[in-house]
Amino acid sequence: MRDLSVVFTRKGTRPFTAVDGVSFDVEPGRTVGLVGESGSGKSVTALAIMGLLPKRGAEVTGEVLFEDTDLLHLSDKQLRDRRGRDLGMVFQDPLSSLNPVIPIGLQITEVLQRHRKMDRKQARVEAADLLDRVGIPDPNRRLSEYPHQLSGGMRQRALIAIALACRPRLLIADEPTTALDVTIQAQILALLSELVRDTGTALIMITHDLGVVAGLCDEVNVMYGGRVVERAQRHALFASARHPYTHGLLASIPRLDAPRGEKLLPIKGSVADNIPWSQGCAFAPRCPNALGLCREETPQLEADEGGMLRCHNPVGLVAAGEGVR
Amino acid sequence: MTSMLRRKAERIDDLAESGGTSLAVDAVKRMARNPVAVVGAVITVLFVLLAIFAPFLAPKNPYIPYDELRANLRPDFIPGSMEGFVMGSDHRGYDFFSRLLVGAQQTLVVGVVATIIGATIGMVIGGLAGALGGWVDTVLMRFTDILLAIPSLLLAISIAALFQGTQWTVIIAVAVVSVPVFARLLRGAMLSQRSSDHVLAATALGVKRSTIVFRHMLPNSLGPVVVQATLTLATSIIDVAALSFLGLGDNDTSRAEWGLMLAQAQNLLDVKPSLAFYPAIAIIVVALGFTLLGESLREALDPKNRR
Repeated sequence: MRDLSVVFTRKGTRPFTAVDGVSFDVEPGRTVGLVGESGSGKSVTALAIMGLLPKRGAEVTGEVLFEDTDLLHLSDKQLRDRRGRDLGMVFQDPLSSLNPVIPIGLQITEVLQRHRKMDRKQARVEAADLLDRVGIPDPNRRLSEYPHQLSGGMRQRALIAIALACRPRLLIADEPTTALDVTIQAQILALLSELVRDTGTALIMITHDLGVVAGLCDEVNVMYGGRVVERAQRHALFASARHPYTHGLLASIPRLDAPRGEKLLPIKGSVADNIPWSQGCAFAPRCPNALGLCREETPQLEADEGGMLRCHNPVGLVAAGEGVR
Repeated sequence: MTSMLRRKAERIDDLAESGGTSLAVDAVKRMARNPVAVVGAVITVLFVLLAIFAPFLAPKNPYIPYDELRANLRPDFIPGSMEGFVMGSDHRGYDFFSRLLVGAQQTLVVGVVATIIGATIGMVIGGLAGALGGWVDTVLMRFTDILLAIPSLLLAISIAALFQGTQWTVIIAVAVVSVPVFARLLRGAMLSQRSSDHVLAATALGVKRSTIVFRHMLPNSLGPVVVQATLTLATSIIDVAALSFLGLGDNDTSRAEWGLMLAQAQNLLDVKPSLAFYPAIAIIVVALGFTLLGESLREALDPKNRR
């Protein structure tokens, strides 16, 4: 799977561009992270790839190429056949994403029966196998249990099992660990990376948690205001973030190895304080490195030291912390 | 304080034993602790049992006049309790007590059938509107709005007046009145389901639309409909009685039916007031029973009250 690019504008009461010219590629067996604050367009990108945005009120343009098929031009029916079989999605909130009134097992077999044409019995065996693979103990008993009888971590595992039921070639995980506590987060992430390795699935990981990125993603796209502002390989990003926004994100996370008493550096302001991309850099009002140029000319996404960067005045190769202030 | 703690502890023990409870079990448990629910349930169960076994319980045949009673009938006197006739006679020499009992059956059958018909049609309309949306939704909902705009009893009376005559007239009139309520309720519930995460998740898995509607949206929307059905049963019973009272019910005036009995008793209030009293009390108690049950069911099923 190559050449996955999404460009779209979303129309509300007045046109609002939630995601603006985002392009990236995902290859089988690789994990690409989408990182950014709330409202930066990560989830909308995911929904657009899956074709889950409402027809009215959202206008999706550009192309989503999945093995040479443009997903945006498929009919409803063709898309429905693809979803679940080729494309899987893991949602953020594991409780509300499971149907509360039917047992877990049925929610898994439903997909198996539809896409893999299994009969009920085969599907049940396969479902138990799937639950086992995502690390749910005693899968046969769990199959007949309802979502509220499972713990949060198990629900998320069940959701992953459902998403993986038909061995999709692209899996989108939309903040799969936000609703879970830290130990479970680690388990779920380990599970996801293991699955990517074993099945060769391509994974798009959406998160606002840079820790998740550090542990899982091969390549990271940092999004701000609906555009990608920096793209880098994992290590490059953490070693030397170039965009002031990425830099700010990193500086606002507590580190175990930092000297005691050192203050965290929050990014000033909120996502709402931005200027439209058409008139300059959306991050400029909050950017410590902002130049006059930043408010006048829109920076382009340009190749930069193995990654891509959209900034007029990137953070230099100075040690982290300096140059930002 | 200590009793509260103990109750909490017991509850936790319960939970530990059962290993989590289903919504239905939980609701029943919560209702058993609620006195209002218990009263409602007792009244309802008694009424249903009485209605089912009325023909066997009735000491006399409610549909034939008895000579012993008729002999004592005068324009200004109707015999009260006497040997073999617990509540004496009605104005035509029928056994009043047996007629009251059999009246329970009439009331239950008419009420239940009317509610089932009303709920079914209402659910089809609401389900279609909620599942399909768009212009189907608009057309169906404006239609139900029109029905809702007319006061329910007035609507029932007009419908009953259109086709004079049988028990079915009453049933259909009462059913039509309850249709818009069910339609709105189910549509609302379906709409909220449509925007829920698990429906989105099912869509993301490529589940067929019909499957999503029937397996994922409908079962999650039925709770309020069940509650509404119990409440509607109460109003249906009252409406049925009201229609018969107004003479819009069955033309067969010998039928043992509480509303009809009430209507016939109103001229005889000064002669034998109990002829009006007992059917009236029966209607009130039964309607109260269903209402209490319905209200407490609503509370018990409300996930916000779940602990």
